[in-house]
Amino acid sequence: MSYPKSKLVLRMGPKNKYFKDRVTELSGENVDLCFQCGACSSGCPMTQEMDYLPSKIIRMVQLGLEEALESKTIWVCTTCFNCEVSCPRGIDIANVMEALRQLVLRKKYNRVSLDDLSPEELRDLPQIAIVSNQRKLTA
Amino acid sequence: MTRLAYYPGCTLKTNAKNFEDSAIATAEKLGIELVEPERWNCCGTVHSLSTDDVMHHLAPIRNLLRMEELSNAGEVDSKQVVTLCAMCYNTLKRSNMVFNEDSDRKKKIQDNMYKEDIQYSGNIEVLHYLEVLREMGWDKVKESVVKPLNGLKVAPYYGCLLLRPRGIGIDDTDNPTIMEDMLEALGAEAVKFAYSQKCCGSYNTVHMKEVVADLAYKILKQAEESGADMLITACPLCEYNLGPRQSEVEKKYPVFKTIPVVYFTQLMALAFGLDEEATVFTGNKPDPRPLLRDKGLLEE
Ligand code: SF4
Ligand code: SF4
Ligand code: SF4
Ligand code: SF4
Repeated sequence: MSYPKSKLVLRMGPKNKYFKDRVTELSGENVDLCFQCGACSSGCPMTQEMDYLPSKIIRMVQLGLEEALESKTIWVCTTCFNCEVSCPRGIDIANVMEALRQLVLRKKYNRVSLDDLSPEELRDLPQIAIVSNQRKLTA
Repeated sequence: MTRLAYYPGCTLKTNAKNFEDSAIATAEKLGIELVEPERWNCCGTVHSLSTDDVMHHLAPIRNLLRMEELSNAGEVDSKQVVTLCAMCYNTLKRSNMVFNEDSDRKKKIQDNMYKEDIQYSGNIEVLHYLEVLREMGWDKVKESVVKPLNGLKVAPYYGCLLLRPRGIGIDDTDNPTIMEDMLEALGAEAVKFAYSQKCCGSYNTVHMKEVVADLAYKILKQAEESGADMLITACPLCEYNLGPRQSEVEKKYPVFKTIPVVYFTQLMALAFGLDEEATVFTGNKPDPRPLLRDKGLLEE
């Protein structure tokens, strides 16, 4: 007996499809594999600061919802890869977060500015903190 | 002496000088000379995750090229490079993988590698110092111990980038033992605690220090409640967030009791009987010396 291959069929407008394709291309991840188990969200260290849980962001990308780009979530994610090691479907959620950030940063957006720091703070912070912060959160 | 190429990274030359000094001294004691190339550049700290990114791989690959030059010149004994900082380790190792596994990006990286005499071959192996020690054997490490750290309960803090993502980490992602094994070789008691692999908040420390204080509080409190006297780390950013940032934790949580956080190499230097120039506990906040004196491991 043979079963038909299951395939996620979504009817999407061209804008939604374009967005989803861009995220897939930039992240290299197939978000359609996600079955919303929530494992990524349950181990994420930053959820208390997020507006949408990581699993919800993945769902939004599945549906091609560009609102994901306006979420606070993508900016507070620390790229700790806890979600990556938890996902039973093998999705590297951190890569998807990065793709979303990149789509915004590449429009010359800066999330943070070193001008907001006092001279004392700038002196005390190790390079490793400043370099990674700027790499992740500025254009 | 075995000569091994060494990539310090920028923070090891400033805030984390105590990490570098203690590592070089302990390596020497174990018969390893860490050879730093004459010039190197910052690795960029974070691995570039987007599939179309070529530019940010140039810095890490250029560093690997420096190591290859050392090896070609016969100044080191292997085609390996050792790092201390967990983030350098992760960044160099992952760029090396991109270079070796993605032929399209390899070509682009090569095309953009201006002003170099040779092309990088892809053959340098990236190691973390803990891996070098494990490879050498914990018994061998134990042989150098003159002052066993008996009675010292230490919680190993792995953080993220030593273990994740899968396939990159230096040990089993879910159940690592490498730091515990090292602590046992030194005679200390390794304390397992639930948050040893929970992220400290990383680069959010720059503009969200209150959030990092929340995370640090949870991690440190958990370690303390599990019976730890102190924590060890292998990353200057973890060290900063869990160490100096305790002043922020204290502001937010009046009940919080400070707890020392040091680099694993500093405890090695102490157990090897090396002097203050090798342990450099003066560089840590909060000061670990009162605790170590209490335990009879440091002279008054
Ligand atoms: S990588 Fe980002 S989304 Fe994933 S667990 Fe860490 S903070 Fe959460
Ligand atoms: S862990 Fe994986 S499958 Fe589960 S919700 Fe997150 S992305 Fe989806
Ligand atoms: S990761 Fe750190 S210490 Fe390592 S070189 Fe890069 S910024 Fe500097
Ligand atoms: S624990 Fe913190 S600094 Fe250390 S690797 Fe993770 S995020 Fe980075």
